Formats: sequence, structure tokens, C-alpha cells
Amino acid sequence: MTTTATDFALQMERVSKIYSVGDAEVVALDQVDLTVDADEIIALVGPSGSGKTTLCSIAGGLLKATDGSVIVGGQDISQYTPKQLTRFRRESVGFVFQTVNLVPFLTARENLLVVDEIGPRTGRRAKDRADQLLGELGLADRSSNLPAQLSGGERQRVAIGRALMNEPNLVLFDEPTSALDTQLGDQVVNLIRHEMKSRGTAAIIVTHDERITHYADRVARIVDGRISAVRSARHLHRHQV
Amino acid sequence: MKLALRELWRRPGRFVVATAILALIALLLMVLGGLLDGLLAGSTGALRAQRGQLIVYSSTSRESLVRSHITPPMRKEVEGVAGVSQVAGLGSVQVGARVGGRGPRDLVPVVLFGYELPPKSLPDAVPAYGEVYADDSLQAEGVKKGGTIRLGPARTPVRVIGFLRDSRYSGQGTLWGSLATWRSVLAANRPGERAGEGVDQALVVRVAGADASGQAGAIDRATGGATKTLTIPQAIDALPGVTQQQTVFNQIIGITVVIALVVVGLFFALITVERIGLYGVLKAVGASSAILFAGVLLQAVVVTLIASAIGVTVSLALAAAIPSGSIPFVATPSRLLTSTAYLLIAALLGCAFSLRRVLKVDPAAAIGGEQ
Ligand SMILES: Nc1ncnc2c1ncn2[C@@H]1O[C@H](COP(=O)(O)OP(=O)(O)OP(=O)(O)O)[C@@H](O)[C@H]1O
Ligand SMILES: [Mg+2]
Repeated sequence: MTTTATDFALQMERVSKIYSVGDAEVVALDQVDLTVDADEIIALVGPSGSGKTTLCSIAGGLLKATDGSVIVGGQDISQYTPKQLTRFRRESVGFVFQTVNLVPFLTARENLLVVDEIGPRTGRRAKDRADQLLGELGLADRSSNLPAQLSGGERQRVAIGRALMNEPNLVLFDEPTSALDTQLGDQVVNLIRHEMKSRGTAAIIVTHDERITHYADRVARIVDGRISAVRSARHLHRHQV
Repeated sequence: MKLALRELWRRPGRFVVATAILALIALLLMVLGGLLDGLLAGSTGALRAQRGQLIVYSSTSRESLVRSHITPPMRKEVEGVAGVSQVAGLGSVQVGARVGGRGPRDLVPVVLFGYELPPKSLPDAVPAYGEVYADDSLQAEGVKKGGTIRLGPARTPVRVIGFLRDSRYSGQGTLWGSLATWRSVLAANRPGERAGEGVDQALVVRVAGADASGQAGAIDRATGGATKTLTIPQAIDALPGVTQQQTVFNQIIGITVVIALVVVGLFFALITVERIGLYGVLKAVGASSAILFAGVLLQAVVVTLIASAIGVTVSLALAAAIPSGSIPFVATPSRLLTSTAYLLIAALLGCAFSLRRVLKVDPAAAIGGEQ
């Protein structure tokens, strides 16, 4: 079977990232290979400092790899200039951060629309999409609330909506549930899975939280900047249910 | 951009202090400028109203009208210079005026001008002997059309037949009559300064070509150095105090603009520091530095325009409230506009302090645990 590049949401080949701190060098990623299918959900687990955030940042065009190639949805972003990366982030990936980073003086709906406002406007289309997403995320009646008037779980859902606004090929979640309690965390993870699967969007979910791995198609374990094991998690989950 | 405007409307509290300070600075700029304009208008109106391009003093006058003396032969020589199309005599005398309806000791200081070439806005015909036009600022002193004013210790009567605008001189209201009227007021009240028949203080000269200052040199050569000829703008600058006033006021205005620049610079630098986290997130979702900085500039422009609008409103209210003749304050559209323009430039330059910070915000910081 021949595959074109676009059959994968992400292909990382021998990707390394070395931070230099003063004279010292920290190898955060060491020759990482990782491939994510077009509609696959990967859980990325590993101890603190193992390189999870670094991997996500590189996959999402927030950081440049020191070495190796990074292809997202068919675009090789390894040689992109900062300007190209900005555009790539605006158009092709979504981020959900650990701490909820909504714009505090904008309503839930406006927080989604920000994504449209910082790029070439699409106007009506963006508004329709924002309303649709808010509906799917169960926030239809919260759309004109400011972040301070939302619960933690609701805020995280708004952040998920924002990440989906640009119809990304790949969404990167960096510990999306760590600020939530177990029950809320569960809800949010279910929602993420539902949203990803219904759109056929790929996702990498970074977590310390083993429960999340049950919702993922595969679990990648990273230790000291190396991916040590990738196992399929989906069938495990099915067995447990 | 929308984001920047929304922040302004939704969090006005953050911008209120900066707007208030800028509004005070705007008002200060406009009041200083208005005072300068008022002072200058009050001391230069008579010269600005002249229809000629040149004014000829005697060379010993040190460019002062009252010390100047032009004799008939000198006038003949000036009239003979090629390119000179009209020569008209001008005389002035400063006297205390008794205006009907005021107390006997309540004199209004005025300057009476005698002219041949009518100032702008006056009809071509020079008034008959004993009749004058009055500057309209004298209306506030009780001068009325058709009324009689008595000038100086000799109480020489003159009748007011009309008014003209913006013709004040050395901070005083002016009266405009024929040279004969001027000679007789001068002779009656200042016997020592009496000007003989045909003697003027200065000449107002109209020239044909565009090169007025070249003609000035030609006139002074023709009189063999007996005259000192200035263009009207030069004559205005030579008035006592005019350039000094301008220099001092413009220095204060300059310093005020610099203060505005620093205020805006500091304010937006602080706000930018507070927003580093927010900017990181926005950059992570694809906002460029350019669009974020444009938001800062937009906010600075809006804040400055609001502050300027407050300054303009208060200036206009002040100008309306100040009784005419008490404080020489005028609020002209051009002064209000230039003050606003200076503030806008200061605000935009002030924002430049924040540019580096906006550029430096690292989108990767948004996803890491760094905030
Ligand atoms: N900006 C940076 N400068 C220097 N070193 C860094 C930087 N960011 C991360 N590192 C180092 O790189 C390594 C990987 O960091 P990373 O943030 O990717 O780990 P992580 O797996 O996300 O950890 P955690 O679970 O605690 O979030 C760590 O040793 C960290 O100290
Ligand atoms: Mg991390």
C-alpha cells in the first residue's frame, strides 16, 4: 500500500531538541520517531521532565526542533520561518493548555472568535462555527459569559472549542485535565474523544493521568526524551468495558 | 484589533488614569498654545492687517514704529524704486481713551493709527477727519458705533464709524483714522513728538513682484541707508517680546509633549508587561506580533483622542467663559488640531517602547509551565 503524506496527521522523524542553558545543554528530545494517523488519538505519558511538552510544542510549531523532520498534515514545518510558523499555528493546529488561557475580558463565544479575528476574517462562517461548537460542547447557554463567570470544566470546554475553531488537522492537549477533579476530568476527556472522533481529527493528549489513556487509540510513553513504547490502548479499554 | 477595542470598552478602569493624565496634558498644551496665540494676536494684529508686503522704518528707529520718522524726501525716494506699486504713510500714537459711560479716571489704553492704505477688512475710502474705525475688542470696553471717544490729556474727540477685527497692537485695542486725524491727536497730546505735515512714522509698501525681501534691499539702497525696510513677518518678529514669547512658550509646549510621550510610553510598557501571558497564548494560536502591536497602537490612539477631545472641550469652554479683554486666550481650530496631532505623535512614539516586549513574547511559553 502506498501512502501519501496526508494520510498522517503527524510524522516526526529523528526529532531532537537540545536546550542550551548557559554552557550546559539539556537534551529534551532524543531522536524521537512518532507517527499519528489522520484521525488517531495518542496519549503521551511519561515522568515530569521527560519531554512531553517539548514534543507537543514542536509538533504544533511553537518550537523549532534542533534536528529531524516534522511533517504535519503533509506540511514539512521543520524549516519554517517564525512567520510561516505563526500562520501554520493559526491555520493547521489547535492547542489546549494545562492552565486555562482564555482572554479574561471576552465572552465564551468571543474567545472562540478570537481565532478568526487574528487571521484573515471569515466573518459569518466563523460565527456559525463558534455557535455550532459551543452547542456541541454544551455551552450554548453560556456563550455570553465571561471566563470568570464559568466553572473550571466549562472554561476548559471553551478552550477546546477555541482549539477546534480553525478546523485543525491536529490538536495538541497538554495536560488538559490536571486542573480539574476526577469526575470533571472524565467528562472533559469523553468530550475530547467525542469531538475528535466525530470530526476525524487527530490529537495528542499529554497526561500524567493514566485514566485518560483508556480513551486513546494508542499510548506513547516517553522517558528522558526517548519514546520507549507505543502500545495500542483501545482494545484494552474495550476489554474493560 | 477588535480585541484591543473590546478591552478598552470592557475594562475602562485600566485606562482611566492614563486618559485623565493625558487629558490634563492635552489641556495644558492647548491652554499654553491658546495663550501664546492670544498674546501674539493682541500684539501683532495691526501689522498682520496690512495690505502691503513691506514696511519701511527710518534706519535710526531700531525697527520701532514710535521711534521712526519718514520725511517727504525719503518717501519720494521710496516711491521711485522700480517694482514698488504703492506707498502709503502710517502713524501711531498710544493714548488713554475716555469712553462714554465710564468713570472720568477709567481710561482705556488704545493705539490710534493714521493710514492711507486701508488695513484688510476696511473699505478703500479713508475716514474723514475726526472719524475712526475701532478694533472690535474695544466693544467690551464700552466703545459703540456712532459714539465719541476722547483721546489723551487733550481729550481730542474722535467719532467711531465702524469696527474691524483682529487689529490689536502691543496688547491694546486700536483706532484707525486718516493721517490728518493722527497728526492732530499727536500734536495735541504729545507736543514733543509732533509730526510735521507730510511726515509719517513709517511707510507701508506694496510691490509688484513676488520677491518682497529683494525689494526691501532695493528700497534701502535707494534711500542711501536712511531707511530700514522689513517684510511684514520680519516686522512682526521685530516687535518687542514677540520672538521671546514664542521661544518660551514653544519650549514649554515641547517639554509638555515630551512628558506626554513618557506618560504614554510608561503606561503602555506597564500594560504590555501585564499582558505577556495573554500575548503568549494569542501568539500560540497564531496571532502575529504585528497584529498585537497594532492593538497597542490602536489603544494609544483611542486614549489620546479621548484625552484630546476632553482638552478641546475644556479649552472651548474656557475661551467662552473668559471675559474678552481680560486674559489673552484664544482657542483656534488650528491650535487645537496641532496640539492633538502632537499628542498623537507622542503617543505613537511612546508605544515604541513596548514594541520590543511584544516582539519578544515567546509563544512556547504559553504551553509550558512557565506562567
Ligand atoms: N525553555 C527551556 N529551557 C531549558 N530547558 C528546558 C526548557 N523547557 C524545558 N526544558 C527542559 O527540557 C526537559 C523536558 O521538558 P518538558 O517541559 O518537555 O517536560 P515535560 O515532560 O513536559 O514535564 P512535565 O510533566 O513536568 O510538564 C526538562 O529537563 C526541562 O528542564
Ligand atoms: Mg509539561
